[in-house]
Amino acid sequence: MAEFKLKIRRYDPESGSAPYWDEHTVELEPHRSVLEGILQARNENDGSIGVRCSCRAAICGSCGVRVNGKPGLACHTHLGAALESAGEDGVIEVEPMGNMPIIKDLIVDMDAVHWKKIQRVTPWLIGKQPVPEREYIVSRESMIDVTQSMACIQCGACVSDCLSMEVDPLFVGPAALAKAYRFVGDPRDGAHEQRLKDLSEDKHGIYDCTHCFKCIEACPKGVAPMNQIMRLRRIAGNDFQIKDRNNGERHEAAFVSNIERNGILHEADLLPDSYGGKFHPRAVPELISSLPIVVTALLRRKMTLGKALLHPHTAPDGVKRIFEVVEGREERNEFNLYISGTDAEAEASPEVAAAIEAAEPAGVAPEGTEGSSG
Amino acid sequence: MKVAYWPGCVSRGFTAELHGSMAAVAPMLEIELVELDRASCCGAGVIAEHSQELADTLNARTFALAQQEITQGADLMMNICSTCQGAQNECQQRLDASAEYRAQINETLSDEGLEYQDGIINKNFLWVLVEEIGLEKLRSLVRRPLTDLRVGPFYGCYIVRPTDRLDINRAQPRDEYLGQVIETLGGTVIDYAGSHKCCGFPIITMNKEASLEQAGRHLADATDAQADCLVTPCPLCHLNLDLQQPMAAKQVGRELNMPVLHLPQLVGLALGLSPKELGLAHHIVKPTAVIDWSQAVVGGVGGW
Repeated sequence: MAEFKLKIRRYDPESGSAPYWDEHTVELEPHRSVLEGILQARNENDGSIGVRCSCRAAICGSCGVRVNGKPGLACHTHLGAALESAGEDGVIEVEPMGNMPIIKDLIVDMDAVHWKKIQRVTPWLIGKQPVPEREYIVSRESMIDVTQSMACIQCGACVSDCLSMEVDPLFVGPAALAKAYRFVGDPRDGAHEQRLKDLSEDKHGIYDCTHCFKCIEACPKGVAPMNQIMRLRRIAGNDFQIKDRNNGERHEAAFVSNIERNGILHEADLLPDSYGGKFHPRAVPELISSLPIVVTALLRRKMTLGKALLHPHTAPDGVKRIFEVVEGREERNEFNLYISGTDAEAEASPEVAAAIEAAEPAGVAPEGTEGSSG
Repeated sequence: MKVAYWPGCVSRGFTAELHGSMAAVAPMLEIELVELDRASCCGAGVIAEHSQELADTLNARTFALAQQEITQGADLMMNICSTCQGAQNECQQRLDASAEYRAQINETLSDEGLEYQDGIINKNFLWVLVEEIGLEKLRSLVRRPLTDLRVGPFYGCYIVRPTDRLDINRAQPRDEYLGQVIETLGGTVIDYAGSHKCCGFPIITMNKEASLEQAGRHLADATDAQADCLVTPCPLCHLNLDLQQPMAAKQVGRELNMPVLHLPQLVGLALGLSPKELGLAHHIVKPTAVIDWSQAVVGGVGGW
């Protein structure tokens, strides 16, 4: 048994009083969870502490909180580990998740934000037509591909810390977009293009993510929502050539061709090209609005006209060759660590590696016999 | 020490003062820079978004070029851009994870006679300062301590997340290094909400309001915390925080005027270089507070 000090953020919006910190000392073994600590404080010290929980085994996703400023599951965080990430005073801070209104203390309104956004992405399978008489037959590989996004337990930890949502509450967000990939990556779904068009054209859709890695860091289940958002963009732009009104696809295409030509980025071209080219109607107002900055930059000799207009770099032949080979491939070669694991892991557990090796090679299951059913 | 030096793209384009200040500071720190001038853009996450294999191959090529320098005596590869650090690290994680995948990538590189061998050490200048040069040595080189200069750190997402991939842990708190460096140089570290958040730059062409709102909010938070300036190891953050600052100020509806320094500029100031030598005159937001400070410390330095 050891003593742990918990500092819990308390707030009851109905009371009319401001939020405050409340400190409790609990006695538990270090391998017990922060949730057990909160429950002990509630049961023994103060029955009015508001906390939501159910399974206590990192499955139900109810007990999302921030521990020492980082979002996660209270039931999945050991008190010992929490003490290590605590400040110098050795007090473990427990706060409600961010980006969602507080109902009471550690309980946030998941319906108002998280579930609304999940509903936004049509979170069910729209069967591909024609619907087969029996089950859909799909390759094993394609179902493994969506398991990463299926691992989501809807705890809201990624939503809590999303930095785009912090400034743009309308952003569809990491959890819902990971859910969208779960269907866009599913070969049985018949609405891939509509889903992607919808989420590309929405100003608060897939192109509103800044790659800040907060959701990857937050997720207790390894879903890596940001990676799923990047895959949605990849499929929208490359496979369906969706040219969205937010310039998402244009920006990506402009960036890639900029590097193909110049080897390193020539910024002066990137901005106008991202809007469709220097003389594109979209680009003109943008360029005019950035004129004062351009003039200041020229005056301060941050850039020179020569440098802005001329192209001092050209891509080395080796770089051009890489573009030729990789862009010329018929099928995307996308190495996913979540699925493949590392060589080091395989060495550490040879039985698992052997089992994977021995398993049937990925491919279409014999028709009408085996296979995942829808 | 000798490093295979990857300056990145923006430090040779819109933030040329970064490349220049690194070149000025390196000899004072006894760092010999061997520039990887045939290497290409890291992709900044955008090429990976288009094609993961393309980003992995381009960066494997950069690593292979750096390894050529390392066999000829360089200690490691060094970059001066948080985004390069993170984007290259992400590719390296995949390349190092699987010999089979690495072989596929090396097959493409073989046309040029290059091969990437797993395990390259690639560190941002910030990490080199703390882990290779060491804070003690750095402290001994300070000629003009940043006394009374209130500096807010701004890291850039790519150099602080995800923590496991970037080997950030209690024994190696890379997400606290900027504060450590500011203190070592004699300055005061300003604690404000935005230090580890996103500058918003990646979506400037897609959702300008949200992008500028992020930059503006962090600059305003730093202003409220009474910072004299910010310092960043990321030139892309610098673009949104400095170049776009007039627009960000409009977006958040308040005056900002927060100078943003590149990391080598801050180090250079403390090592005794003048603001002019460090290219501070090229910033959009005039670093008046920093200049005033430097003149108060050493009369006439900088010649403004």
